[in-house]
Amino acid sequence: MLSGLHHRANSAFEKRAGTGSAVGQGSGSNIDIDRLRRHHRLMWRIRAFEEQALRGLNEKVVLGAIHPSIGQEAVAAGVCANLARNDILLSTHRGHGHTLAKGADPLAMMRELLGREGGTCGGKGGSMHIADFSVGMLGANGVVAANIVIAAGAAHAIKLRRERRVVCCIFGDGAINRGPFLEGLNWAAVFRLPVLFVCEDNGFAATTRTAAMTGGDGPAARARAIGVPATEVDGNDVLTVESTMAGLLGAVRAGEGPRFLCARTYRLAGHTGADPAAYRPQAEVEARWKEDPIARLAAHLRLAGATEAELAADAEAAQAEMRRTYDEAVATPFPAAPQAFADVQDVGDPRAEAF
Amino acid sequence: MARLSYLDAGRVALAEEMRRDPAVWAVGEDLGRGGVFGQYHGLAEEFGSERISDAPISEACILGAAVGAAMMGTRPVVEMRFSDFALCAVDELVNQAAKARYMFGGQSRVPVVVREPMGMWRSSAAQHSQSLEAWYAHIPGLVVVCPSTPADNKGLLKSAIRCDDPVVYMEHKSLWLLEGEVPDDPDFTVPLGRAREVREGSDVTIVSWSQQVHVAADAAAKLAEGGVSADVLDLRTLWPWDKAAVLASVRKTGRLIVTHEAVSVAGFGAEITATVAEKLHGELRAPVRRLGAPRIPVSYAPTLENEVRVTADRIAAVAHEMVQAGSDPSRAT
Repeated sequence: MLSGLHHRANSAFEKRAGTGSAVGQGSGSNIDIDRLRRHHRLMWRIRAFEEQALRGLNEKVVLGAIHPSIGQEAVAAGVCANLARNDILLSTHRGHGHTLAKGADPLAMMRELLGREGGTCGGKGGSMHIADFSVGMLGANGVVAANIVIAAGAAHAIKLRRERRVVCCIFGDGAINRGPFLEGLNWAAVFRLPVLFVCEDNGFAATTRTAAMTGGDGPAARARAIGVPATEVDGNDVLTVESTMAGLLGAVRAGEGPRFLCARTYRLAGHTGADPAAYRPQAEVEARWKEDPIARLAAHLRLAGATEAELAADAEAAQAEMRRTYDEAVATPFPAAPQAFADVQDVGDPRAEAF
Repeated sequence: MARLSYLDAGRVALAEEMRRDPAVWAVGEDLGRGGVFGQYHGLAEEFGSERISDAPISEACILGAAVGAAMMGTRPVVEMRFSDFALCAVDELVNQAAKARYMFGGQSRVPVVVREPMGMWRSSAAQHSQSLEAWYAHIPGLVVVCPSTPADNKGLLKSAIRCDDPVVYMEHKSLWLLEGEVPDDPDFTVPLGRAREVREGSDVTIVSWSQQVHVAADAAAKLAEGGVSADVLDLRTLWPWDKAAVLASVRKTGRLIVTHEAVSVAGFGAEITATVAEKLHGELRAPVRRLGAPRIPVSYAPTLENEVRVTADRIAAVAHEMVQAGSDPSRAT
């Protein structure tokens, strides 16, 4: 199934000699600079997309809630670099980065945020329900942890159909306190399913520190207790995320059952676009900005020989692309009102039955 | 035709659909050993443990996994054991299965059948006896089916499995052993949304579904002895419900009783009687009536449990009252 597919990221990984940490040791000799640049461009595109989304909130064209992932871009880039187009991804309410990294069209996404025609979901879902089945993205989800059991089922179907693709399910640390976390991981373990769970641990469950509301030793310990091998990484280091994911996905693709990655990161913005996040000290946020995953990747790139002009060009190109995207989305009409009645169900169509 | 129980008719329906379509599979607790009531007896032997799959006691995951598996091109039939336990999976059914197609702009269908054995079964008490069909009828995106006969349990389950929408399929536990003639034809199906005429009559329409249909039929037999002719309709599906059949019957009789085992308050009888009142106000010879359970949990002790049952005698008495109220529409109160 995978043979005929676009699989650039994996082949790029195979060319690499070292790991993320080897890169950090300052030797530029074995660094695949093109691969790092691809990460750099993608992470900037994610950030620029969300900056435009926040602008849309200010300009009152994004009408519903958005949950920015600014500061978490390395997880999206490192995880999705290992996924082929027909691999399956499930995401969360904080899912713009994951979705872009899986290959969705930013204009369709921005239109969805604005509730416009041509949005990924025709304007019916908005930010929290972005899905693009054409790139294997089975949906963000407005309910914390709800995607975990759906991901287990998607992997179950893959196993039943003897397909070779895999499922990747990203959720936050808040999700580990909901029942579907236990039920979904256990299900994946007992049926030995091809699914990789990624806990994007940004330290906050909505606006409460997750640690304050969580017993035990956290996401990885819980996964291990259920029988799912778990690995913890610095989620702000895209190269470590990418290389660790590659190893875990190798096991999943080999039929060894589910794996679990806990990627520790930090949400630099508020819980929503409207949250000033006053519940945490400014000094903490400033310190965390020094761990900005894009800046850390840029440091690697400088070591590898990238010029300041090249790095600036990546940022500027992403920002220009997303400004154009925003302008085009704003100029797109809202869906026609009769669309409200489309795609409810086949049997008992509401236009015929409900009045 | 074969003489089958309601339970076996459902089992045969699933087996036929699994033979017809390799994408169909079933998952739930204890299915490998035939299911808690024996509805899956022998199926694991024919189809293997992957397609008749056991599951952990994880209702949320059984249903959530079915949503994911349906999005990926399979057609899961999930067994919830008791409809009461399906409440552990309400997010997966209501927020996920029912919404996915719409919320994602039509990119996906969720062809899942959720089997939820419902209703009172002697001395099963408050957590194993409920009739919650009206909850699901309230949710856009869901189809709700409540069969009352062996033939319908075969034909409707097959239609549910072939349907691309999520279907809440509620078999009544007290009907498992009911026997009846069931067509052998593997292409036999019963369309979703079409009521069944149980008995033809001209004085009063009695609408019901599930086990209560049989109570309504008993009431009609008693009424016939007293010279009152009842038109009895088995709705069979609550969403969509056969509005045309109900309206046609009430146009003929001028009187409507809806009776169901579920609590009367906010029950589906309210929807039917309201619709009839809206559309046929001037043609009614008596006020519409709803006969459902009082708003109390189901008890264990028979004397208490019986308090929630709407009996054939009660239905017949109400029908007599309505007929005696007169035939002049202007006298209706």
